[in-house]
Amino acid sequence: MKQLVDKYAKKLVAAGLAESGAPLVGGLDAELVWNQRSPDSRELGKVFNKLNINSLLFSKPAEPYCSLIEYLVSCADDAIYPGDCETRTFMHDLPVVRTFDADEIARALKQRKSVIIPGRGIITWGRVSPEQAFIFYSSVCFACFVKFFADYLNDSRAGVVSEEQQRVFDTVFKHLEPLPEEPPVLMQGPYQSEAEVYRALSEAGRLTVEYHLVDSFFGNISYLYNNTLYISQTTSSLDELEGCIDPCPLDGSSCTSITASSEFTAHREVILRTGMKGVLHGHPRFSVIISMDCEKEICEFKGQCHIKCPEKRFFEDIPIVPGEVGTGPHGLCHTLPPAMKGHRGVIVYGHGLFTVARDDFNEAFANLLAIERGCRDEYFKRVGRHR
Amino acid sequence: MNGWNGTILHIDLSKKIHHFEHLDSEIYKTWIGGKGLAGYYLHPHIMRSWDDPEMPVIFMAGPLVGTASPTSGRMCIMSRSPLTGTVGDCSVGGSLGTELKKAGLDGIIITGKSDHLSGIEITDKSVAIRDADDFAGMKTGPLYERLKRNGAVAVVGPAAENNVLFSSIMVDDSYAAGRNGIGLVFAAKNLKYLTVKGSGHVAVHDSEGLKRAREDIFRLIASSPVLFGEQGIAYYGTGALYDLMDSRRMMPTANFKRTHFDMASRMNAAAYKEKYAPKRAGCKGCHILCKKVGQEGDHIPEFETMSHFSALLENEDIEVVTRANALCNEMGMDTISAAATLACFSEISGERLSGYRILSLLEEIGQGEGMGRELGQGSYRYAVSKGRSELSFSVKKQELPAYDPRGAYGMALAYATSTRGGCHLRAYPISHEILRKPVATDRFSFAGKARIIKIEEDLNAVVDSLTACKFVFFASSLEEYARAFTTVTGVETTAQDLLKIGERIYYNERIMNAQNGFTSKDDDLPPRFFEEAGSSGTDIEVKPLNREEFLQVRANYYKIRGLDENGVPKEEKAAELGLKWEQP
Repeated sequence: MKQLVDKYAKKLVAAGLAESGAPLVGGLDAELVWNQRSPDSRELGKVFNKLNINSLLFSKPAEPYCSLIEYLVSCADDAIYPGDCETRTFMHDLPVVRTFDADEIARALKQRKSVIIPGRGIITWGRVSPEQAFIFYSSVCFACFVKFFADYLNDSRAGVVSEEQQRVFDTVFKHLEPLPEEPPVLMQGPYQSEAEVYRALSEAGRLTVEYHLVDSFFGNISYLYNNTLYISQTTSSLDELEGCIDPCPLDGSSCTSITASSEFTAHREVILRTGMKGVLHGHPRFSVIISMDCEKEICEFKGQCHIKCPEKRFFEDIPIVPGEVGTGPHGLCHTLPPAMKGHRGVIVYGHGLFTVARDDFNEAFANLLAIERGCRDEYFKRVGRHR
Repeated sequence: MNGWNGTILHIDLSKKIHHFEHLDSEIYKTWIGGKGLAGYYLHPHIMRSWDDPEMPVIFMAGPLVGTASPTSGRMCIMSRSPLTGTVGDCSVGGSLGTELKKAGLDGIIITGKSDHLSGIEITDKSVAIRDADDFAGMKTGPLYERLKRNGAVAVVGPAAENNVLFSSIMVDDSYAAGRNGIGLVFAAKNLKYLTVKGSGHVAVHDSEGLKRAREDIFRLIASSPVLFGEQGIAYYGTGALYDLMDSRRMMPTANFKRTHFDMASRMNAAAYKEKYAPKRAGCKGCHILCKKVGQEGDHIPEFETMSHFSALLENEDIEVVTRANALCNEMGMDTISAAATLACFSEISGERLSGYRILSLLEEIGQGEGMGRELGQGSYRYAVSKGRSELSFSVKKQELPAYDPRGAYGMALAYATSTRGGCHLRAYPISHEILRKPVATDRFSFAGKARIIKIEEDLNAVVDSLTACKFVFFASSLEEYARAFTTVTGVETTAQDLLKIGERIYYNERIMNAQNGFTSKDDDLPPRFFEEAGSSGTDIEVKPLNREEFLQVRANYYKIRGLDENGVPKEEKAAELGLKWEQP
């Protein structure tokens, strides 16, 4: 357990979600262990006594998350309600409590996967592993980032940006790291063996994380070789794909895809429809924000844009389509594949960006980067129009 | 009351009388329903022999049953297990739970013993005890056909009438309350069948809120590759797990001598799909529809049955697996115990069983003839009678399912600590050790598993009390089901509040088992798992379990569960959970 709490404390820092030394991660089996000594562990130890969990994570987020979360909290009563896909599907809402008190914290965590304490940070839990707490923490940061920037754009357009909101925006802006100018040089394809496929997927996955085109976990990747789709497993981390890739035969001869990414069907359909060999999917933040930006004021599907948006929407040449995770009636497996034909990428509303690989991941990666850069530029252009 | 009907039906077969008990809402809040409430009623009787006429057979539905809450068409059947001597319970699907709730009941408790073979027919609050002598020896399928006009149907087959210790109760023809020999307790009351038909509806506190909770759950189910992925359970049945178990090198093969079956790729769910082109079917109120029925009406075996009637017996003929499954269902026998008992027999006798031999032995077991009389006592008693107890792959005398514990260490602990003997469903660690939900854990490590197993046991005790389907928890969590519970019942709760009740339910079972002398000596695994390696493969080494590490994780589990070093409940922990217990 000590190994696990140490691992996820470090990973939080490496992902840029916390400053070094900030994360406090506790793991409980027969004994409670922490990744570091901290005066906060005493109060959090009491939380363990109140919940049937095996791990707790507490950290002050790094910038730019810290400032924007503090701002969102200052506008919220008892919870923040982001509209991105991750929150809608898994987190529901992000509760806020005002005191660092075990009873209050436990009360919130009994109902939700996270709690934000203004001025202190974010607390999340895991039932089977500190990894869950890490994912929830990362989701809170991502969801708040998207909400802050999406709200700011809407408020700019409506001319209702407050002084405080502007001050925070300017602060946050300073902390935004520029996107890398050039994509990396990846393994050249077409790949000639299963081993090469595994190496190529791992390499592209790891670099997608390093280029901040996903927040650690979010995303998936696949490649077709010998009529078998090699695809990252569900809940696998793109920067740790070794041993987490499922070979799924497309002839229907086995059911190995049940541990594959929940987007297996979408990947397969994209490949079959486009004749491409691979799919790369990340959740670059400004692509997600732009996908949620709609100027239409009156719409019968207001509040249901993620599943029912009837418009043909584009960012430049990139289609923006509705669709939920998975294969349900509103699943993105129905909307993404037809939209991908003839395009270098597709953004799924509030969710993320998919690009395709012809022979290897060089072009897919370059497109992921270019589209995200384009969305980021577009965001600030739209903001600029209203300032 | 909302969600609950507030009424329990008691039937005394000796006196042929019945009465309705109107239960206080606090008892419902304390035990939820389903398995929790069944345990509450079983506890005072747990030290009786399973065939004591006063030993109850309890049918209990949960508050979500009969409402729009997803996957809540299940119910619990509980008594003392003839096979293990422990608490014996099964979660069963079909329509019985729903009909029971529509009849205005939450549960039925049957005690006494009829002086001749009988059946019980319930229509709303009308209860009739019928003569069933004409049905003696009848197989479950034909009996179901005779009775199905009466609503939901629960029956026992010839196996229960012939004292097979792993007899099941079959609901609606093909839904088995399979484990623990619960069918034998039913038959010990001279009871052949129970039918229930209801015409009412279950009151719900907040229908709009339930609709929202339901949408949240549906969204999660749709995002789950194992449930609704195109190769998931919804389309291939639980057999979708078959390839995975073999590729992970944890498919029990040749009575657990190996963990890889060479013929697996020809015996998998895809092969069944090609051969039978099955349609989707399932429990009332469920949209996952994991049950698969072939074009000719063949019931496609569940994963455990597929695996044990192929790999465990080294059988390479799909048709034999399908017929073995049908035969077990017709006879009313648990497929896991039946196959594992045959595998034990095969290893001890040195006889490699042909397809014909498998089927003929199953027939003999069900009919209580020839070798069947010995094998009908289960693998443990059979192996002991041959002086080879180590070759029974069982825990607390109940045969192990189709997950080799050398390939999933959480499962090793879960098998050992299960309150009903060898069972994968109490903690269901396959969820995180193999299916990566909610996240993946290291399957070849005991690190952290003691607390995980304890929490998951509590969780599944809640699921079986609500009563919902465990599969849905591959995608959803108790957070969403707590909302469903609150919107149905009006009782404010949280996932953590429900887990605390789950802890009480599970501890109550530990107490009942302790009352019957169960201790740490029973929370153990067969020696082969500690002495012999499994079948390693490329990049996967399947070592024997480390005995010291196992004992340490079990000791950690006892500490976390609040048991003493012998696995016996403590008075202070019982009191904390609102239970009574005097430590011996």
